[in-house]
Amino acid sequence: MSAEIQTGNDNTHACCECDCGTRRDFMQLAAAAFGAVGLGFFVKPVIDSLRPAKDTQALATVEVDIGSVPEGESMTVMWRGKPVFIRHRTRKEIEMAQAVDVQSLTDKQSDEERVKKGKEQWLVTVGVCTHLGCIPQGQKPTDNRGGYDGWFCSCHGSEYDTSGRIRKGPAPKNLDVPPYEFVNDTTIKIG
Amino acid sequence: MGSANREKFDNTVVEWIDSRMPIFTILNKEYGVFPTPRNFNYFWNFGAIAMFMLMTMIITGIILAMHYTADTKLAFDSVERIMRDVNGGWLLRYIHMNGASFFFIAVYIHMFRGIYYGSYKKPRELLWILGVIIFLLMMATAFIGYVLPWGQMSLWGATVITNLFSAVPFVGNWIVETLWGGYSVDNPTLTRFFALHFLLPFVIFAVVFLHVWALHVSGSNNPLGIEPKGPQDTLPFNPYYTAKDTFGLVVFMVAYAFFIFFAPDFLGHPDNYIPADPLVTPAHIVPEWYFLPFYAILRAVTFSINWYLIIGAGLCAYAFIKWMTKNKERESFFVKEYMVFVLPALFLFVLGAVIAFIPVSEQQFVDGELQYVGIARIIEGIRYYFTFDFLIPDSIRGTTEAVEMRVAIDALLIPISAKLGGVLAMFGSIALLIVLPWLDSHPVRSARFRPLFRIFVLLFTVSVGILGYAGSQPADKVYWSTCLGDAVACEALAHGGHGAGAEHHSDASATTIIKLDNTMLAQAFTGFYFAFFLIIIPLLGRFEKARALPYSIHEAVLGKEQRAGV
Ligand code: HEM
Ligand code: FES
Repeated sequence: MSAEIQTGNDNTHACCECDCGTRRDFMQLAAAAFGAVGLGFFVKPVIDSLRPAKDTQALATVEVDIGSVPEGESMTVMWRGKPVFIRHRTRKEIEMAQAVDVQSLTDKQSDEERVKKGKEQWLVTVGVCTHLGCIPQGQKPTDNRGGYDGWFCSCHGSEYDTSGRIRKGPAPKNLDVPPYEFVNDTTIKIG
Repeated sequence: MGSANREKFDNTVVEWIDSRMPIFTILNKEYGVFPTPRNFNYFWNFGAIAMFMLMTMIITGIILAMHYTADTKLAFDSVERIMRDVNGGWLLRYIHMNGASFFFIAVYIHMFRGIYYGSYKKPRELLWILGVIIFLLMMATAFIGYVLPWGQMSLWGATVITNLFSAVPFVGNWIVETLWGGYSVDNPTLTRFFALHFLLPFVIFAVVFLHVWALHVSGSNNPLGIEPKGPQDTLPFNPYYTAKDTFGLVVFMVAYAFFIFFAPDFLGHPDNYIPADPLVTPAHIVPEWYFLPFYAILRAVTFSINWYLIIGAGLCAYAFIKWMTKNKERESFFVKEYMVFVLPALFLFVLGAVIAFIPVSEQQFVDGELQYVGIARIIEGIRYYFTFDFLIPDSIRGTTEAVEMRVAIDALLIPISAKLGGVLAMFGSIALLIVLPWLDSHPVRSARFRPLFRIFVLLFTVSVGILGYAGSQPADKVYWSTCLGDAVACEALAHGGHGAGAEHHSDASATTIIKLDNTMLAQAFTGFYFAFFLIIIPLLGRFEKARALPYSIHEAVLGKEQRAGV
């Protein structure tokens, strides 16, 4: 026994003359590396558990009857815990949205890209300010709609136009357009 | 924790325990006979007061947690039940609610003390950094706690603040969804916030332990900022400072109790007594008062930051550091560095500012040509060349292709959006506290002997207060405005104008409105906040002449004639 221990020690000494590290260094590194990998395997599910759960994820699609919304008015529906704005735009509002020079916008999108062809009167956006997530005002005609007749976010003063595009204030992006399609002329399916 | 040269205790039970685990010896050493400078003023009370507040929060918090339900459907009602039905529940909640405010009052005074008397300097840097970590943990704890009652401010405050992280490039949305556990602040968010709100105070407790440990290695600073030279400069902690701390604590508690019993909701916001509604944002979201200065800094960055500004700032910083660390012989340095770094930097600043601050004017086409007049022409010229607009071939202008090119160029030209810039400024404002010991190279600690430093620290304190005020007001609030130009057009504008800063209105081009609004106020004082740490403190560190320091604490306290006697 003691002889073996002796040899072990000798090895250590022999090895340290060159700069190659000892067997013990190797064992420590290997153990630490395995530990790190093991920790990684643990951290992954922990972080995953913080991500949206399956029921939250289940992309609840909502079907909305929009037939009852008269021109110039809007409705709000909930989708994934967020409000979705559906506005029935007037001729004037559509023209205002189309007349803008896209180059001058912060988030450069033309009105055509934000509505469905042939259904330009319907604008569907997620009603969450792209700055820090407040719900902008402007769904009711009596609301303050900001300087561009769309929506006004009172939290930090972002103003959106009749296409839901950011025109003024700190928000970096246009109001999101959620995935949606027309089931028929008066029904849309969001999600 | 050596028990080697332990003194015996008379009480046999105490002695029995202490000989097995010398806890009484340690307590006596650290809190009994611990040598403490004899010249503390009342600013030195606030550490003990903060400790008391932490214990108060933990005790009341645990009892509240016994009655509280973390579920979006039940949380608001469970807090109302605490207020109405739980015996003494209203008192516990008001103690906890106002306790958060008074905890921050104590800690802010404690931090002011540290800056004013130079307690962050060697050898107390680590002690100071641990303090800043406690401050950060407190902010996290208080923010998360405010979400628990699930009122309107809870929900929307949480929404606005968690959304800040979406500014992080590439992974922003992933981070935010991971924080939320969903696609908006909702039940999964509330439950995890409750778990964290329960945990974090105990983490704070652990860091406070480290903080006090570091304190007991270096010993306390004092109003003179000079080290004790011997026993004549110190007093045993007990009974001198236990008594003084207790007295200060009682005075503090009187003020605290006044709020608990007579103005319990004064420091809060009435909207938090409206149950959270994900469809309606309150007209004016304000955080709790103790976050307001940082909230103002966050909102002050309303402009995106392009490479011109960053490189300009980098050049200035480089020249500044070079100049600060130059050796005295190289006198010509200033002129040379000025030409090589500062002039190009100024040029870059002008370019960057034109691109970042002056909004793209409404473009008018006449016969298919863009029309600009006067100064607008120069500005558009700068914009045309320096935002690389000329790269876009004229033949594709107006098409989506051109728009895509513009977006791609902007992505390269502007690395920091306004939103990210605000977040960086806010966290940066606290990060500066961490590096403060290295920004200030002045050998004298106490502001008493640094007349200029003293003035600037007081100005800094006032400006943090003004930032707090700015944070509480709507961003577009106008303090002062005047309209230059055509009187009739001005009259018309007075009934419908909006916007910030000096601005040309295309519909009334004969007028210019000059305004001082809340955003500009916040910007000015945010500028001073950063200048204080990054310019004033380093400059004073190098150039300020301090007054003569007293020979020792006890000489300063008792007068010179006593010196000979000791
Ligand atoms: C660093 C110490 C702490 C701070 C700064 C803090 C801060 C806060 C704040 C600001 C609120 C919202 C008060 C309101 O508007 O109603 C709150 C609520 C709450 N806290 Fe704490 N807290 C601390 C420690 C604790 C601890 C240790 C616990 C439990 C173990 C706890 C449990 C609760 C509960 C259950 C609520 C919800 C009930 C209520 O809103 O009154 N807190 N906390
Ligand atoms: S959240 Fe809408 S402007 Fe800030």
